[in-house]
Amino acid sequence: MSNEKLVDYDDAVKRYDPVIGIEVHVELGTRTKMFDGAEQGFGAPANTQVTPISLGLPGTLPVTNGKAVEYAIRIGLALNCQIAEVCRFARKHYFYPDIPKNFQTSQSDEPIAFDGHLDVELEDGTMFRVEIERAHMEEDAGKNTHVGGADGRIHGADYSLVDYNRSGIPLVEIVTKPILGAGERAPEVARAYVQTLRDIFRALEVSEARMERGNVRADINVSLRPTPDSPLGTRSETKNVNSFRSIEKAVRYEVSRHAAILDAGNKVPQETRHFHEEDGTTSSGRPKSDADDYRYFPEPDLVPVAPSRQWVEDIRAALPELPAARRRRLHDAWGFADAEMRDVVNAGALDLIDATVAAETTPAAARKWWMGELSRVAKQADVALDELAITPAQVGELQSLIDAKRINDKIARQVIDGVLAGEGDPAAVVEARGLEIVSDDGPLLAAIDETLAAQPDIVEKVRGGNLGPIGAIIGAVMKATKGQADAGRVRELIIERIGA
Amino acid sequence: MSTISCDEVARVAALARIDLTDEEVAKFAGELDVIVESVARVSKVATLDVPATSHPLPLTNVFRDDVPEPSLPIDDVLAAAPESQDGKFVVAQILGEE
Repeated sequence: MSNEKLVDYDDAVKRYDPVIGIEVHVELGTRTKMFDGAEQGFGAPANTQVTPISLGLPGTLPVTNGKAVEYAIRIGLALNCQIAEVCRFARKHYFYPDIPKNFQTSQSDEPIAFDGHLDVELEDGTMFRVEIERAHMEEDAGKNTHVGGADGRIHGADYSLVDYNRSGIPLVEIVTKPILGAGERAPEVARAYVQTLRDIFRALEVSEARMERGNVRADINVSLRPTPDSPLGTRSETKNVNSFRSIEKAVRYEVSRHAAILDAGNKVPQETRHFHEEDGTTSSGRPKSDADDYRYFPEPDLVPVAPSRQWVEDIRAALPELPAARRRRLHDAWGFADAEMRDVVNAGALDLIDATVAAETTPAAARKWWMGELSRVAKQADVALDELAITPAQVGELQSLIDAKRINDKIARQVIDGVLAGEGDPAAVVEARGLEIVSDDGPLLAAIDETLAAQPDIVEKVRGGNLGPIGAIIGAVMKATKGQADAGRVRELIIERIGA
Repeated sequence: MSTISCDEVARVAALARIDLTDEEVAKFAGELDVIVESVARVSKVATLDVPATSHPLPLTNVFRDDVPEPSLPIDDVLAAAPESQDGKFVVAQILGEE
């Protein structure tokens, strides 16, 4: 798809200092839209969640959704921002069918939140601080579907279809300051930053923050300069990069592409770029200049927002524990090694283990199941851990069956299979499949006698005081009882039987 | 001196899909010019120590509760659309934009 000249990434970052900037849009999970009472929700039939305001019809009057303002303040506070004492909405003008009133209601030079920062943890545990320029409120646009053309993309389309269900959904746009000093780790920093934001949105309960549904969308700015002391280079802006992996790829690709342009002695054009999910490349969008004229002016139909300091402090006091603080607390409480804790977080097992511990399981046991057998099963099925058909409560129940010596670790794996197959809770699976450990000595003795009779030489050795071969007998008995015997009890009975 | 040209009016009209005759373009150019000139006159008398007024009334924090209202029925939504398909508005193809 791309015939761009590229420089090998590792080579590029040896000779240039990458600087990135990220704009993240998050759709707020309010029940209604930013400026009208139309309901919002994923998957409704086209144009069935609209009012005359969402449609931008003449003569309509928008009114701000107070809940959306509260959510925006929550986000601002979680990002350590100042909250404006007073701010206004502004009209951002452009002509495009997804915005029927020909302007997007946004905020210009008066964002509701500004001057913040977010500490981001990288995969190896390094902390990296990202400075936040601003977070402002705005509305989403409608959705265009391009019909005809070779591949459904815009160029070559014969016509477009517009659905205004998304039009007017509340958005908060979070803009970083230029992110300096990430060096070769710029792609990882970009990904970790957006991932951290996503986790925060969920913890704050301001959005479902599902990337695959477009709840969170990132625009990635990249520029290169010869050294960290040089002035900033010209940036490209890759729009709508909508998965964590893609964010990393987009930064890498742009660094390689910019380096090739600069190596050839040319100037990087300031432009928007489209990201191509299928091969991780970008292609030219439209030229962009800082002087793009959207003819911003204050929205006369909406009065200013002036959050009282009392309201802001009330919101701050009610903020939930944020993900980073929670990780630190759980890390301390569980006593996992740093590397173990990182693996748990990266595997997406933190919530699952927390919930399993809440079901009266020790942290070590909860970790053993989720990071061991269940991770293996999830990997095999190519699904996320939390998509497995087993709940933390069921894992807790499984462990309690082991603790009560009703099953052993080996049998537990069969119980997991049963739960995943929809056969019910662990105790029910044990019952239905008849997996309970044989604790009645009768059947055990029968199995032992049979085994001993078949191996007289071993019996002789044990009688002679050599307890070594006893393991082989235990193994044979366990096999005869399909693993359902308590190995400790088997050993006792064998010794008793042989009279050693 | 005219600040709004006929070309500008014709371009915006085309973007907004408003069909204007040459006479209308000339008429609106003149009328818009009067508006722009009037605003320019206000700018001349405005001094730096007077903050710009965006809202004439001293109102802030007019909020709506987050309570859903019924959607406009789909037939009404599409009533004025020149063309629709699958409940969506059909619009002319878009070139050179993202």
